[in-house]
Amino acid sequence: MVIARRVAILGATKGMGRALARACAARNEQLCLLGRDLAELEKSVHDLQVRGATTAAFAYCDLADPGSFAGALEAAVARLGGLDVVVVTAAAFATQAQLDADPARIRALLTVDFTNTILFCEVARRTLLSAGSANPTLCVFSSVAGERGRKPVIFYGAAKAGLTRYLEAIDHTFHADGLRVVCVKPGFVRTSMTEGLPAPPFAGEPDAVAARVLTALDRGTPVVYVPSIWALVMAVIRLLPRAVMRRIDF
Amino acid sequence: MSLTGWGRVPIADGREIRSEELEVVTRAVPLTRGLGRAYGDAALPAAPDTVVAGSRLADRILGFDETTGLLRAEAGFSLDHLYRVLLRRGWFTPVTPGTRFVTLGGMVAADVHGKNHHRDGCIGEHVEAITLRVADGQILRCSRDSEPELFRATIGGMGLTGHILEVSLRLVRVRSPWILQQTERVPDIDAFVDRLKEAAAVWPMTVGWIDSVARGGALGRGVLLCGRWAEPSEATDAFPELRPMIDLSIDLPGGMLSTSLVRLMNAAYYHRFPAHKTQRLVSPESFLYPLDAIGSWNRGYGRRGFIQYQCVLPEAGARGSVRQFMTLVARHQRASFLSVIKDCGPEGTGMLSFPMPGISIALDIPYDGVTQALVDEMNRLVIEHGGRIYLAKDALTRADDFRAMEPRLDTFLAVRRFWDPDGKIRSAQSTRLFGW
Repeated sequence: MVIARRVAILGATKGMGRALARACAARNEQLCLLGRDLAELEKSVHDLQVRGATTAAFAYCDLADPGSFAGALEAAVARLGGLDVVVVTAAAFATQAQLDADPARIRALLTVDFTNTILFCEVARRTLLSAGSANPTLCVFSSVAGERGRKPVIFYGAAKAGLTRYLEAIDHTFHADGLRVVCVKPGFVRTSMTEGLPAPPFAGEPDAVAARVLTALDRGTPVVYVPSIWALVMAVIRLLPRAVMRRIDF
Repeated sequence: MSLTGWGRVPIADGREIRSEELEVVTRAVPLTRGLGRAYGDAALPAAPDTVVAGSRLADRILGFDETTGLLRAEAGFSLDHLYRVLLRRGWFTPVTPGTRFVTLGGMVAADVHGKNHHRDGCIGEHVEAITLRVADGQILRCSRDSEPELFRATIGGMGLTGHILEVSLRLVRVRSPWILQQTERVPDIDAFVDRLKEAAAVWPMTVGWIDSVARGGALGRGVLLCGRWAEPSEATDAFPELRPMIDLSIDLPGGMLSTSLVRLMNAAYYHRFPAHKTQRLVSPESFLYPLDAIGSWNRGYGRRGFIQYQCVLPEAGARGSVRQFMTLVARHQRASFLSVIKDCGPEGTGMLSFPMPGISIALDIPYDGVTQALVDEMNRLVIEHGGRIYLAKDALTRADDFRAMEPRLDTFLAVRRFWDPDGKIRSAQSTRLFGW
């Protein structure tokens, strides 16, 4: 008998994380949701159970509190009887205007999206490699915002750029040990995080993102752009000369 | 920023704030909007309001009891998800409108009806409880036993009693996920009224498509579709997967659906069906949601948009009043492709619920300078015959006309006033029709 894949998701109550958790549930996988709002986690657990998850559990984890990471992942291993995949979709986001108005938020955003996300990944990769999985996979949602320094996402982009490089490095370092690292780079996706921002062309939907990420998890694809058209969009943007980037507000 | 209903007219200044946390975003707004399928101004803010809450991201199933079929879900849970998740397991909504892109909250607010109205009534008959944020901010659960007046006013209350946060709905078991459909051509409007009634005695689901531009002896000719869930022995083993949607993401030029083209399309549709009764197995998508195959089909009417007009004419004298109504419609030659005719059963739980025993007719009308006058004329006929219109479709009815159709209005407004003495919860439609 094949054991349903055991997946822990940090950020599964909302947006792309919610869509990915549902895609896993539809395949009857086993899920443990990690997050800080226990009431919200419990509601999502009910949703995923009805949608087909073989197991749906939850454990407390706060990306703002690195002290919570080890306990959360231990709980996931205990609830699911092992662990095959850890996904991180959670992150902090604020518009440049919000950050300019409140510099304390800059520190919080950089800490959560860069330092703490990496600290979480460090615990996650150790846990995954010792949890006896045939295909231990660490999947982290970075962003196309990290590909080029851009005016509307100075700090978010900087944090995601650093995160992308970290994921690349642990792929190089631990690939031989069997760890698969999947770095997801969403373009603009219509979620509550991007609510109120003007949607550019090629804006994606969470369900389509989830379907593509699921395939990437199956194959262990190291870098995946979602929606896939953003690979092309970013290829063009990477080529734009500095003089152009200075002029446009993209 | 601007917002419209499905008909894309009228256009309101404003925007929708969407969040998974509906409880948070409904704290300080006058209205909640679902998937935006109400045609007119029911889900638009009334100036000077500009912001409404959007429920579509609050779409979790909170519990499902496989022994009783009781589903509890957040208000933004849609029939599209219900189809994908629960039909596979033999459960379906007891009542569905003609699109699966509707939320539970929106279905309750409009007290939607479907092809089985003559047998199963509106969605409100199957709702066990509603969790509502009322105007003063408190969140309460109402049902037939708890705050029954508020419960009855909320069903069909167009979201005006408060923000619907959660809905408990009793689903029905289906023996297979396929539909056995019977079609037959009907030569004119009088025959249609009779055939609907006859079919209703036999079939749990019935609906007619009528050619509303045909005149003379062909007035109101069309196709009667009857259906029931197929028995496992009649169905195929495969699940009827939803087909990928074709998206019409551009506005067709306004004149595209001109009268001559509509005439041609209606005639082609009519002659597509064999004259005699024909039965076949079809997917629920094809039977229940034929228009969902084309995303954004509402853009087919061009930039000026369109209205949908739906009325019900009472059982007594229906043959005469329906003929009179269709004659009026045919004379104007304004109605578009495939109008819908359906017989309705008894009035339901909802205080302002639309259906009443009789015949309901729904038509699409491209919007232009004469649409208001046509709606006024149709409304006069409806008032004269003791019928009424459906608020989920309405954009142009005048306040006096609505009042003349709706003896139940004061009872509804009294409940609304009790829970919202300052008139905080309101829409462009409520302001237009009720003054607040």
